[in-house]
Amino acid sequence: MDKWQPGASLDTLRRRAAMLSCIREFFKQRSVLEVDVPVMGKSTVTDLNIDSIVTSVVSELGYLQTSPEYFMKRLLASGSGDIYFMGKAFRDGEIGVKHNPEFTMLEWYRCGWDDHQLMSEVAELIRLLLGGEKDIAIDVSKLSYSDCFFERLGFDPHSADLEALQLLAATLASDSWIDETRANCLDLIFSSQVEPYLSEGITIIYDYPECQAALAQISPNRAGQNVSRRFEAFVNGVEIANGYLELIDAGEQTVRLERDRKARERLKKPAVVVDQKFLAALHSGVPACAGVAIGLDRLLMGAIGVDSIDQVLAFSWLRC
Amino acid sequence: MANYSTNEFRSGLKVMLDGDPCSILENEFVKPGKGQAFSRVKLRNLKTSRVLDKTFKSGESLEGADVMDQDMQYLYTDGDFWYFMEPDTFEQHQATESAVADALPWLSEQDVCMVTLYNGSPLSVMPPNHVEIEIIETDPGLRGDTAQGGSKPAKLVTGAVVKVPLFLDQGDVIKVDTRTGEYQGRVK
Repeated sequence: MDKWQPGASLDTLRRRAAMLSCIREFFKQRSVLEVDVPVMGKSTVTDLNIDSIVTSVVSELGYLQTSPEYFMKRLLASGSGDIYFMGKAFRDGEIGVKHNPEFTMLEWYRCGWDDHQLMSEVAELIRLLLGGEKDIAIDVSKLSYSDCFFERLGFDPHSADLEALQLLAATLASDSWIDETRANCLDLIFSSQVEPYLSEGITIIYDYPECQAALAQISPNRAGQNVSRRFEAFVNGVEIANGYLELIDAGEQTVRLERDRKARERLKKPAVVVDQKFLAALHSGVPACAGVAIGLDRLLMGAIGVDSIDQVLAFSWLRC
Repeated sequence: MANYSTNEFRSGLKVMLDGDPCSILENEFVKPGKGQAFSRVKLRNLKTSRVLDKTFKSGESLEGADVMDQDMQYLYTDGDFWYFMEPDTFEQHQATESAVADALPWLSEQDVCMVTLYNGSPLSVMPPNHVEIEIIETDPGLRGDTAQGGSKPAKLVTGAVVKVPLFLDQGDVIKVDTRTGEYQGRVK
């Protein structure tokens, strides 16, 4: 009964090692510096839907980092220039066929770039990693959030009434969605009505709804609607990457962090103290940049064509 | 009954949904990168056998259903109810026609069936996977035609109609797989 053996085959582990060295070569050629920031910090993100794993060091509270973002932005503010991190990130409660509480993340920042320039680089790297040693053609499509939403559902997500979204979410899911937030209703509708119909290959979706901005800048789209300059990449319909035209305005960032912290309080989620060192770095000045994070385990799943994250990890949480 | 939260949903767990007992078939954890986690759940309504898809927010809970499966021996019917007995305690349970409906075409006295009890009463009855039943009506058998293909309908004493090879006759006892309704062989 006790599974002591690894979940990934030896071939898969070799493919993983090849993937990591391919990424290092990719960034070396482009003069992007690898940085090894802490995976354990004294503060953490306030994101409403991301829970940190708490630990302690000599009776002082520590948090396993859910992404290297804050440390990396502190380096950017110190004049590091283009940087990438490849290592572990941790999220509490995320266990499933496509989730493991500890996972491998690749995150990088490009100074002076906008989100669309970074999307091209993301597509290039993902294509390279999916192809492995073979030079196979992999389709890349790029669509705005509102276009792919409209195509499947026939209405515009940015201008839709909250009540209409709640009603649709309740019909698709269960009655308890009738009083959900706009962001959650859109996520539910998107993941059940749009994601499953994304084409094979790489799909990049950009200009997410304003209410899902996280750490992205907000600006008007061509139709004059406020959207967040956030994008996601999907491989065969599975979410792989999340990127932003980074918010660098310290004042706006402070407002958002405080709003998240209060929302956590309201929902009786574990309290998180706002990371003051991160805010101090923003005040000192983070250069204009675009950044993105890729879940490498899921990318490997797409590259070798398996459905479960357990098959690409030496030891998933179930086997630890 | 206890309440079960989405992270405790496992295949086979019996829960109440909209007043009906259901069995969980699948539970998929879904979480958009920055969004709220939810559970995409497939359930079978144990009263109607219909399969439902529901999406719950992570942390939502459902009340457990007082449902259990028990092997019982089928005794007899009085036309209104079908009577089953627990082999250990000899306790008898009466099942309604709707509870036995799926099992009825295969049901012979003394067969051991799996009875699903809901709040102590039979909700559904599963016949044994393999049963041996006598043919009551079929076209006359073609002697010697044992090797070639071809089949004919045969009515069984319990009421089911199954396809059987041509050589079989009225009065023969055959073995049938109740899950597929397929003929398995002749019982000597």
